[in-house]
Amino acid sequence: MLINLSNINKIYKMGLTEIRAIDGVSMEVEPSEYIAIMGPSGSGKSTLMNLMGCLDTPTSGSYILNDMEIAHLDDDKLAEIRNKEIGFVFQTFNLLPRANALQNVELPLIYSNISARERRKRALHALEVVGLKDRVNHRPNELSGGERQRVAIARALVNSPSILLADEPTGNLDSKMGEEIMQVFDRLYEQKNTIIVVTHEEHIARHTKRVIKLLDGKIISDESQE
Amino acid sequence: MPVLENIKIALQALNSNKLRAILTTLGIIIGVAAVVAVVSVVQGLSFMITSQLQEAGADFIIVVPNRPRGEAGEMLGRIELTYEDGLAVNEKAPEVKDFSPLLQRRATVKFSDEHTFTYILCTSASFQEINNHYVDRGRFLTKLDNDHRKKVCVLGTKVVEDLGIKGNPLGKGVSIRKLSFTIIGVLEERGQALGQNADDVCIIPFNTSRLLFGEEASRSLVLYFRAKSAENIDLAKEQITEVLRKQHSLKSGQPDDFLVLLQQDLLERINTILGSVTAVVAGIVGISLVVGGIGIMNIMLVSVTERTREIGIRKAVGAKRRDIIFQFLVEAIILSLVGGTIGIVFGYTLGVIVTRFIPQLPPAHVPLWAVGLGFGFSTLVGLFFGIYPAARAGKLDPIEALRYE
Repeated sequence: MLINLSNINKIYKMGLTEIRAIDGVSMEVEPSEYIAIMGPSGSGKSTLMNLMGCLDTPTSGSYILNDMEIAHLDDDKLAEIRNKEIGFVFQTFNLLPRANALQNVELPLIYSNISARERRKRALHALEVVGLKDRVNHRPNELSGGERQRVAIARALVNSPSILLADEPTGNLDSKMGEEIMQVFDRLYEQKNTIIVVTHEEHIARHTKRVIKLLDGKIISDESQE
Repeated sequence: MPVLENIKIALQALNSNKLRAILTTLGIIIGVAAVVAVVSVVQGLSFMITSQLQEAGADFIIVVPNRPRGEAGEMLGRIELTYEDGLAVNEKAPEVKDFSPLLQRRATVKFSDEHTFTYILCTSASFQEINNHYVDRGRFLTKLDNDHRKKVCVLGTKVVEDLGIKGNPLGKGVSIRKLSFTIIGVLEERGQALGQNADDVCIIPFNTSRLLFGEEASRSLVLYFRAKSAENIDLAKEQITEVLRKQHSLKSGQPDDFLVLLQQDLLERINTILGSVTAVVAGIVGISLVVGGIGIMNIMLVSVTERTREIGIRKAVGAKRRDIIFQFLVEAIILSLVGGTIGIVFGYTLGVIVTRFIPQLPPAHVPLWAVGLGFGFSTLVGLFFGIYPAARAGKLDPIEALRYE
């Protein structure tokens, strides 16, 4: 088993009122799954993704990733796990504006102390996987939205993480480019990557093999699909 | 994360905002430039004074008349130092080898239509050895010149030039206060020294000076001595003190009415003065470095805020708190080091310009420790004032940071 969430709660205190962003969620993810997490805004899907991505820790409950308990680790330990186990793809791409595509993809490798030569080799490979071999020296502002998102996917892939987490990866793209990006994910799934996509769009979720629906911090359905 | 990566990131960040970086480091630039400029001038001065005093030799002793401070000093009668005092010392102090009196006055020297206002040094034959300034042409004063009150003179090269003496000056006549003197020698060229031009002098026999300046002037002299050896110079000093006290009939309990100065005393005094000048400047510079540091802290805080999103991205892909702190610290240090480097270059140039335009000052001299101090201080300032912004960057929550617009 890759991920095991059991009875996860995330509670924010706003003055006197408590907001249960995640309310007793339990779920399991096997390696090489392709999952969509859906729900309207405020349903807790982003919070759940932050928790699974080790950007945040739950108020209570247990999160086991690759046989390791994550729920109570400190910031630096979480950073290390993000570096090795998680690849993020964000709605707004989140590339470094002053760095070119290659440097952006190399970024996670810098923080795992990999030599400059090895970094370059791996980053070039990752860019090749997403079909951007001829764009390595372009800066983000010289790339189209779709290309930027593919750079971001290459960056997520470069450390060979256990999970790819994508938060509305097509949200800032037109439908044609969005479709292209989803095809990249489809290909990565065929290459046995584990992919979790957070989205509120049905046609995006249709690419995946399992759809989990959230409402008010609770899972209301969890169905496999072909 | 390797240091090299951090330096690269910092240089990239600074490079994308050059003008801001330079303006930020202005405080550091001015501070370091000030310290280097002042140190270069003071050190040049100290270097020159020291080498000149050492040129005079470690066996060199000067005695000057000196009224001691306080009531005991006021009780003493006339404070004087005479030729006879010098002779007595030379005779009775076994550690003293040579003696020459010095009376220095300013007067006009004339040659045909030309004239120049210069220093008249009235002294004896041994002066050239004691002062370590020899004749280039002709000869120096002899004992005979002195004993017979001969009206002869040895001129510095500047005086020869100012008087427009063409051809061989030896044997020609100049007049001082309507008395005519024969030129018997010309000194070797020495150049500027301590604001006095060693070439702008006219040396005449001490005994002859009574004809020019009267008996009264010769009662307040500076006496130059040389000890037999540099090792026994303290003993020589004791003996001189003893003889002079006897000469002046001072009772025990009465203070000396003269001051015996050794070369090392002079060196110490000068170094004390220059040291305190340096210290005062260092204090002022310290303040300016603090101001510069606050400038750096300010701009680093702005930079951290501006790059909140970048910090979020770095953290999301695995940067630890210390990676982020280190990145911003390196940036702050590089910022102040750039300031320090510019400051050192700027300060040295300033020192060179100042010494070039004020001819009394010797050439600027920057010791290596001043450069090290400049670099060290700017690194410290960068480190100290970079800590707070860097810590703030390191503490940012990645989720918040990624959401920052």
